[in-house]
Amino acid sequence: MTGQVAGKQARRLTRHGKWGYVFVAPFMIMFAAMVLGPLGYAFYLSLFSQHLIGGTVFVGMGNYVDAVTDPAFLSGVARVASFFLIQVPVMLALAVVFALLLDSGRLLAPKFLRLALFVPYAVPSVVAAIMWGSLYSPRIGALGQVLHGIGLPVPGFFTPSGILPSIANIVTWEFTGYNMIIFYAALRALPPELYEAAAIDGAGPLVIALRIKLPRLRPALVLTLIFSVIGSFQLFNEPNVLASAAGPAAISSSWTPNLYAYTLAFSDNQVNYAAAISFLLGFVIFMGTLIVMLVASSVRRRAAA
Amino acid sequence: MESLENISSPSRRAFLAGGAAAGLGAVLAACTSSGSQQAATPATKVNMKAELEKPASITFWSWVPGIDKQVAIFESQYPNIKVNLVNAGQGAAEYTKLRTALGAGRGAPDVVQIEYLEIPTFVLGNKLLDLAPYGAAALRPLFVDWVWGQVATGGQVYAIPQDSGPMGMLYRKDIFDKYGISVPATYAEFAAAGRKLHQAAPGVTITNLASNDPNVFLGLVWQAGGRPFTSVNKGTMGIGLDDGAAQKVAAYWEPLIKDGIVSTAPDYTTAWYNGLATGEYATWLTAAWGPLFLSEEAASSTGKWRVAPLPQWTSGASVSGNNGGSTTAVTAQTASPAAAAEFAMFINTNPACAKLFSEPPQYLFPTLKSVLASSSFLDGALPFYGGQQVNREFASISTTVDTGFTWSPFEDEINTSFTDTVGAVMADRGDLLGAISTWQSTVTRYATGEGIKVS
Repeated sequence: MTGQVAGKQARRLTRHGKWGYVFVAPFMIMFAAMVLGPLGYAFYLSLFSQHLIGGTVFVGMGNYVDAVTDPAFLSGVARVASFFLIQVPVMLALAVVFALLLDSGRLLAPKFLRLALFVPYAVPSVVAAIMWGSLYSPRIGALGQVLHGIGLPVPGFFTPSGILPSIANIVTWEFTGYNMIIFYAALRALPPELYEAAAIDGAGPLVIALRIKLPRLRPALVLTLIFSVIGSFQLFNEPNVLASAAGPAAISSSWTPNLYAYTLAFSDNQVNYAAAISFLLGFVIFMGTLIVMLVASSVRRRAAA
Repeated sequence: MESLENISSPSRRAFLAGGAAAGLGAVLAACTSSGSQQAATPATKVNMKAELEKPASITFWSWVPGIDKQVAIFESQYPNIKVNLVNAGQGAAEYTKLRTALGAGRGAPDVVQIEYLEIPTFVLGNKLLDLAPYGAAALRPLFVDWVWGQVATGGQVYAIPQDSGPMGMLYRKDIFDKYGISVPATYAEFAAAGRKLHQAAPGVTITNLASNDPNVFLGLVWQAGGRPFTSVNKGTMGIGLDDGAAQKVAAYWEPLIKDGIVSTAPDYTTAWYNGLATGEYATWLTAAWGPLFLSEEAASSTGKWRVAPLPQWTSGASVSGNNGGSTTAVTAQTASPAAAAEFAMFINTNPACAKLFSEPPQYLFPTLKSVLASSSFLDGALPFYGGQQVNREFASISTTVDTGFTWSPFEDEINTSFTDTVGAVMADRGDLLGAISTWQSTVTRYATGEGIKVS
């Protein structure tokens, strides 16, 4: 009896399973063709080395060994790591503040403000970089002229030391709104009873924000941090667009790991080495993400204990 | 990904027709067997008349604006041959696609626009068709000698010259007059004029030597007699980016840059265009395609500019270098070699086509002796240059370009490594002599990694 039931359930499950495969097939086919295939091919490429004279030879892990000691790659990784450490906290803090303000319901035109803060994310990053590039432009840039006009010193946006903050500013402008929406959505999902209970216990709006809303934003924070790790380490469009205006002293051809891989593949004809660099960068991002998740879960455990 | 300058000024490379000119030498001698897709090159002369009567369809990649007019002239003369014109991007953008298609073994155009400096790269991989059996060798007397040296070696012809960029000096007559500076004929006078100008008007520099532009720097090295590369022969080549001439050039500019007499802003940027138009730079050391380009980009400074030859290293000499210029080549993948070769030869030698190249909107500086000697080309006077006959100036400069300059088979690497080493130091006002030796070692390391022995 029980066996029969179990058998029926199993059959139904198998039938479900079959349909499941059919339903996910379109995705899986595209995923295999557009992601797994190229990924595998890139890994295959990274095991070879092609020379102008001598043709293509198998080098195994040779390209990876070269890459982990390549100062151009390592300095690029260090640069995007410092970019991450400086830019991301500022951006996420701003996003949280904006989300709390929007959620407080005390703003005059909340819908307009929400849209206005989100709009930069809708601007393609290439367009954003071109726009900011002309604002930063020495002598004729709007920012420089305004600062000069009111008697303030004009920062060297395109100098070797000024370019990283300049790009951090562009990225912050682009992505604060996006992160704010994630936080805002997380806040809207909180049950209103919590606030009522807090209010009955005598908590003011500030205390509610700090003691109830902020701790509840932790899962959203982990999510945005992971997105930011990926985004920071893959920094490419902004420096690539600004390189011509800022000049070689500010942005070299290996300024970020992605820019380096691009230069290697499309200008130096070292596709194989570029593939190895890309895989290593992927590994670095994987480790970065892992660290964020481990830290987050240890913080959660400590908070729960 | 487009760079900022390309987006803000999409037509720039079209005027410039890209980088610089190239010598071929014995690059060919080292052709490896890796690119074995070379079309069967007939050993003897092809019977072109018979071949051209067969119907054919060829694809042509070019970024010259309005070149469909030349294509139409060709098609009306050869009704059996259909030409499919494609703009596959300018310079590096096109080469990336071309390399991919050539590497894949199919998809490459029959005929393609490439700059002189890229010829050795494609010849080394056996990617270009030798046009000599199709009658190209006979065209030699039509072209300026040093230009022909860039496309032909021994008995082989790997491309037909389209345009060139002999270098001269565009200067602001108003600025020179205002500060009592006479047009410098030598580099010593140029430096003295720069110092004088710097004292009188600190906001104005005598010139801007762009820190992102290897072609200008190499053009000046070319003028100084530098020969940074010898062609690849039996897997060995010479690299001398820090040779005597390069050291002379670096040692000359280093103190001028350090003292702020010469600026090093990146070129073809908004700030740079603005600098040219508003008189921040008293001169622009540029190629023969520069004058018309400048008259459009800095239109507000009309009437203030004049043209002169580059300053000379020795008083009384007249030597120039080259910066830029393209050719028309036939790829080894073509299925219609005769039609493709005829097309390449026709559009660059037919008088009507040549005239179109030298006029707006194409603005290419000619390489045909006949055009360089024609009064319709020479007599044109531009109000932007106070009515000076600019083409006449550059036509005479064209005959003074030092011959025998050869390019490497990895010019893209030369360009990126220039900006990372020499360019970065220029922008930092640093040790330029040290920078060219870093450049030399970077490129040598790259060449060695590519399996080339560096002698």
